[in-house]
Amino acid sequence: MPQHETGGTPGTPAHTVRDFLLRRSEQIAQRWADEPLFRSVFTVSREEAVEAGKAVVEALAQVADSQRVEDPDAAGFTGVREQLARMGAARSRAGLSTTQVASELAALRPPVENLLIADLEEETPERQRECATALNVLMGTLRLVAMQTALSEGQELIDRQRLQLLEVATPVIKLWDGIVAVPLIGTLDSARSQVVMETLLNAVVDQHARFAILDITGVPTVDSLVAQHLMKTVAAARLMGAECVVSGIRPAIAQTIVHLGLDLGTVKTRASLADALGYCLHELGANIVNAAPAGAGRR
Amino acid sequence: MHTGAGVEARLPIRSDMDLVWVRQHVRQAAAKLGFGLVDQTKLVTAASELARNALVHGGGGMMEASHVTAEGTDGLRLTFSDSGPGIPDLDRALSDGYTSGGGLGMGLGGARRLVHEFAVDSAPGSGTTVRVTSWVSRPSRLREDV
Repeated sequence: MPQHETGGTPGTPAHTVRDFLLRRSEQIAQRWADEPLFRSVFTVSREEAVEAGKAVVEALAQVADSQRVEDPDAAGFTGVREQLARMGAARSRAGLSTTQVASELAALRPPVENLLIADLEEETPERQRECATALNVLMGTLRLVAMQTALSEGQELIDRQRLQLLEVATPVIKLWDGIVAVPLIGTLDSARSQVVMETLLNAVVDQHARFAILDITGVPTVDSLVAQHLMKTVAAARLMGAECVVSGIRPAIAQTIVHLGLDLGTVKTRASLADALGYCLHELGANIVNAAPAGAGRR
Repeated sequence: MHTGAGVEARLPIRSDMDLVWVRQHVRQAAAKLGFGLVDQTKLVTAASELARNALVHGGGGMMEASHVTAEGTDGLRLTFSDSGPGIPDLDRALSDGYTSGGGLGMGLGGARRLVHEFAVDSAPGSGTTVRVTSWVSRPSRLREDV
């Protein structure tokens, strides 16, 4: 029976894989650099791709060393997690589907496997099989780690964009001294209505507003929850001494509100933002008059 | 039940985001069948109420949308089902102003007024299924291609 070469004692298959990975890291990284995953992410230079590949190989060796080839949480992966995420994200941005990224990751396995088999030529078939299995499991875990990281990145991105949308979608506009308006656009769910209420109440304070117009032209559906949010906002503004006017109530919305049985009787409403502004100006005692004939311009 | 016009769909109701999708789907399906703007808005609003009920009171569920026809008129049938605690007192749940969840108490009764047909099937412990149907008020032109 041929003796195990490295280290003297024939270790576990995982240790054999570790020794192999450390010994062949240069070759593996060189081969990986030709794979689409590395080639397309590291476009600047081949050396860069090889360096990145080496880092991944070393991480794999570390995981193999800890005997936790099937554990995606193994400490060894920590160092390359970010890099893997970056590579996955880059491929997603290039328009690849999750499945395609996964298959590109899978393509990293055959070159390593071929090298391993060549390396273990003198070992018993059983030993070869054991080591190949350990390597396969390890590469599968690597793929899992990369996908996990990529997916959680995607989720973070969605959450971030949702937050951005919350901010973007609720500007408070000063229409006149003492009159502010909030054009509401899109879905008014609980989180957004909370943001609307906060920004509106802050604007009421900052601008000494006596009137606040909530324009719902851009809200596609007014159901009982949306109505409830509107009424709460109106009530809160009223407590601060500002009167709210809800404008932009389209005919279809008006009929729906009536059928739904919602009582907006306590809320001042107007069909359009212009009507609402006119009402507020009138209440403030500011009269809008058409321009006087030429020559009678006031100074 | 006839099907057609590609509106057969099953949508999950598990989060606020799903409610957005339910509303958009119903609006598109209704527009495709030739519903007018007012009727679209009514049906979408009813769907929004019922989907939210399934989410808030039933702990999530699903909506099935199907295209139905009767006497040459197209209609959209929406079935909301959840496996929540069910409604113990249906008459009370349908009355305006009654709420068990901190809302306005207009959802179920309001939804009934927004659609043409309305049926609730619920018993304590066995979940709730609400089926609503609205019909296009004028003959649909989409029937030609069937």
